[in-house]
Amino acid sequence: MLQAIEIQKIIEANLNCNFIKVNGDDGTHFEAVIVSDVFAGQSIIKQHQQVYSALGNMMQSEIHALSIKTYTPDEWSQKNNIKG
Amino acid sequence: MTTNARIKKLIDDNEVLLFMKGNPTFPQCGFSSVACQALRALDVSFETFDVLQDPEIREGIKVFSNWPTIPQLYIHGEFIGGADIIRELYESGELAEAISKE
Repeated sequence: MLQAIEIQKIIEANLNCNFIKVNGDDGTHFEAVIVSDVFAGQSIIKQHQQVYSALGNMMQSEIHALSIKTYTPDEWSQKNNIKG
Repeated sequence: MTTNARIKKLIDDNEVLLFMKGNPTFPQCGFSSVACQALRALDVSFETFDVLQDPEIREGIKVFSNWPTIPQLYIHGEFIGGADIIRELYESGELAEAISKE
């Protein structure tokens, strides 16, 4: 069964992540939260395309459902209300 | 007509078009269902295309949009995104803006 940690490792290996967490324990449905400098200035479509691209052909095969949330480091700080 | 030409025509002919699995009454996938719910909540008219009825479009739209999953939303000919993005833009109000923009 596909594990969330496997997906996380593959994304991490192919995309420069400041933070990443992939959840999901049923082998088919996963949720990814990814924070990366590379997202800065990019449209949300482009951000998600980069995550898909990091996963290569896994999106066409093993992964049935992956929900993605992307943040730039700034957005992530604001969301978590971290003071600079 | 090639698959790409068919997709182009579908997008050109429909101001708000959702490529989905199933239809709004009977969505065949949770993500397609979420996308429909967001559009319905905006009370706008939209068209849907059931990719399960057309394997060529189902695979072709993934290449056309450079996007590996269904659903996919097009507004005024522009690719908006998949279910996660549709939900985010709905919540931020940007989806309504995109639709009302000419």
